[in-house]
Amino acid sequence: MNMYTLLSMMLQHQKEDFFFPSQASANAATVDFIFYFIFYVSLFAFITIVLATAIFAWRYRRSKVGMTPEDSPHHSTRIEIVWSVVPSIFMVMMFWYGFEDFTERRTPPADSYEIHAKASKWQWEFEYPNGASSFGFIDAGEYQGKGLFVPLGKNVRIRLESSDVLHSFSIPNFRVKMDVVPGRYTDVWFNAIELGDFPIFCTEYCGTKHSRMLSKVHVVSEEDFAVWLKENQEDPNASPVDKGKRLFSAKCTACHAVDGSTKIGPALNGKYGTIENIVGGTVTIDDNYIRRSILDPSADIVVGFENVPMTSFAGQLSDDDISNITAYLKSLTE
Amino acid sequence: MAPTTNTLDRTNYLNATKGFMSWFWTIDHKRLGLMYLWSVIACFIMGGFFAMKIRLNLMPGAVDFATQTAEQMNAYNNAFTVHGAVMVFLVIIPSIPAALGNFVLPLMLGAKDVAFPRLNRFSYHLWIIGALLFVATLLIGNLDTGWTFYPPYSTGHTDPSVITAVLGAFILGFSSIFTGLNFIVTIHKMRPPQMTWFKMPLFLWAIYATAVIQVLATPVIGISLLLILVEKTMQIGIFTPELGGDPVFFQHLFWFYSHPAVYIMVLPGMGIMSELFATFSRKPIFGYKSIAMSSIAIAIFSFIVWGHHMFISGQSDLMSVIFSALTFSVAVPSAIKVFNWISTMYKGSISFSVPMLYGMSIIWLFGIGGLTGLFLATLGTDVVFHDTYFVVAHFHYVMVGSALFGFIGGIYYWWPKMYGKVVDGPLAKVGCVLSFLGFNLTFLPQFVGGSKGMPRRYAAYGSEQGFDDWNYWSTMGAMVLLAGLSIALFGLLRSFFVKGALSPANPWGGVTLEWQTPSPPPEHNFEIDPPTVGDPYDMSLVEYRGEVEGFLPVNPREDDPCVAYIAPEEA
Repeated sequence: MNMYTLLSMMLQHQKEDFFFPSQASANAATVDFIFYFIFYVSLFAFITIVLATAIFAWRYRRSKVGMTPEDSPHHSTRIEIVWSVVPSIFMVMMFWYGFEDFTERRTPPADSYEIHAKASKWQWEFEYPNGASSFGFIDAGEYQGKGLFVPLGKNVRIRLESSDVLHSFSIPNFRVKMDVVPGRYTDVWFNAIELGDFPIFCTEYCGTKHSRMLSKVHVVSEEDFAVWLKENQEDPNASPVDKGKRLFSAKCTACHAVDGSTKIGPALNGKYGTIENIVGGTVTIDDNYIRRSILDPSADIVVGFENVPMTSFAGQLSDDDISNITAYLKSLTE
Repeated sequence: MAPTTNTLDRTNYLNATKGFMSWFWTIDHKRLGLMYLWSVIACFIMGGFFAMKIRLNLMPGAVDFATQTAEQMNAYNNAFTVHGAVMVFLVIIPSIPAALGNFVLPLMLGAKDVAFPRLNRFSYHLWIIGALLFVATLLIGNLDTGWTFYPPYSTGHTDPSVITAVLGAFILGFSSIFTGLNFIVTIHKMRPPQMTWFKMPLFLWAIYATAVIQVLATPVIGISLLLILVEKTMQIGIFTPELGGDPVFFQHLFWFYSHPAVYIMVLPGMGIMSELFATFSRKPIFGYKSIAMSSIAIAIFSFIVWGHHMFISGQSDLMSVIFSALTFSVAVPSAIKVFNWISTMYKGSISFSVPMLYGMSIIWLFGIGGLTGLFLATLGTDVVFHDTYFVVAHFHYVMVGSALFGFIGGIYYWWPKMYGKVVDGPLAKVGCVLSFLGFNLTFLPQFVGGSKGMPRRYAAYGSEQGFDDWNYWSTMGAMVLLAGLSIALFGLLRSFFVKGALSPANPWGGVTLEWQTPSPPPEHNFEIDPPTVGDPYDMSLVEYRGEVEGFLPVNPREDDPCVAYIAPEEA
């Protein structure tokens, strides 16, 4: 055990402190150690600067208008070398600690349990190896969906993907953050060491409801996690309406309500079979219109929603999915 | 009439010609500098208005998290975009180089004007066109991309105002390039014969280093913004994955300019610091060569650290490691400058005039800004702080606490030269102290909010997220800062409109050449050619003379204009 590990153990604080939320993952303590190392070095440097400025300003204040002071040295190679080299040594240490920690955190252990997180405007969707899924976002100030479930004390790798713009996946209690980039996969890993619920933030600006792209991670015991996974596995024998409802709440509810209220987009209850005003005419809302609106949303935009373009779900939803969603929307009219 | 080196009631550059066109179509660097100055101040007021809008919106209780509508969120997103874009592109980047640089640079060289006066005028006119386009877009359109314009959001997911905003920024970029080019040529070719590189005032070193960055980096942002246009209007895939592009590629291009741009903002402020500390301590600047060289070092290093904005962007981990190591290389020359300024005070004769108060504030503010940068250069901690309010607080300490305070300090320092009047009363000092306190109250809480995980660019925070206290103090601080800055501006405006204390040629005791011509200077800067050039920081070259209430050369040449102004009265 080297000095560094020893010190970081001494600095473990588990509970929330002045600067940080609780250390809910195994390597949170390391990050906090690096923070406090830089903090105390900086604090020392800052106090030195402040004191020197204040003392010199007072001690050598001008007593008489236009007074010229006695000549004093205005150059010293020795002192200039000292104040260049000493900070450099500390900076090399900072770099090294940060580098070690970063390398560790960018390398998920081979035995990691893998969960897929899909980001889209403005929600998170999580898929587990057994086909279970959950989602999360904020609506009317409340957390919607079940959020992310992870087992306590296991290495978990979250593979991140985005279907539209840049997002970023951040869990402050775990000290992890990674951009979610459309067109490629990125990942984070952690080992949760504290039971409980912790916030997930989107930390890359992604449009109107960026501030609502929030969810929670629930750290539960391994047994509870196994139970939860089983309960949330998709039932292959569910009716199309139920399957559609499940898909709708995961994919569509961030923007479309089914209680008649307008969110980003129009409410979708009671719409099936009606005639709607769209830009440049009218359209009957039928199976084909729903399909077109999901795959090519800009084709026929409902009047009043021209400025909030919807993202295409082409490639995200299969033909079966679209058909199930249609069945669900149809059921809302009956 | 008392002897004077003030020329307000004689012919000077302000009253030599009259009328709108004599200003708008001028090629006089001093008039162009003043026009930049007031344009920048106008933009600053606009950017400040949106800053207050942001802070008031984030005041706990101002907006109900549960019921905030999409329109309200859009309005907030628009406000932070306007604030950031205006403050970066229209205020801080042109503030010191274009406004003060234009006014001071030829005077410091003992020259009649910059090398290409007509190009200089063209730069200003381009700037006005770019600024109008930019401001119109920001106010009329609903631009909500942040000042960073990250695709694919900017190209495929938001309204078309991105197009005109990007065009505006593109034109502003050209203005910046031409100004930089002009300054480089001026410094190379128009120094008086005795002024070798190492007898150049440090402000000129800083402006020179800045100009190099402007010329080399700005074309890259121009091209990147054009590529955004091409993608948005013609659907050519450059950054959007569905069209075959790569969004991370844009971030590389963007930060290849925008990181050096941080030094376009802060280097000139550092140049002003060097002038202030020497003049107001009445001592040669400590470690002249290392300050000069550190400016050049910062300019060079600034080009190889852009990847530190992208540690978690999806760039390769190896790149992140390399960029982290390189980033620390910028920290060393910055630290050296701070130590040199403080050492200049040692055994000096320190005057607490308004410009020096700003100077000393900057030592502390830049201290915090620079030291908190260490957390962001370090990989492990940056991952935690990236895109949180910790970063917001850090860059405000650098851009406002250092660049903007430097700008204000510089205005107060050269104001006597610009308008022939000194503003150095208690009110201006109160303005400085209030701004300093208000600034800290605004941004210190943001560090803590940020380290607790508070993300940037959020239209509202729920109370249960636990950030309310930090937002409360931050908004309170913003009010104090607003009061301080308003007083600082009021002091200048009062002096502008009301006849204040007249300034002699050299009210502060500076040795650089701009203080060797009357205040305000004649149209062609100097009446003798070239003025005496000595060591720019040898304070024994000037002495305080009670009869002019200012400083005069100890051994004036017979044709020294300032002495010439006094002589007839004594004769």
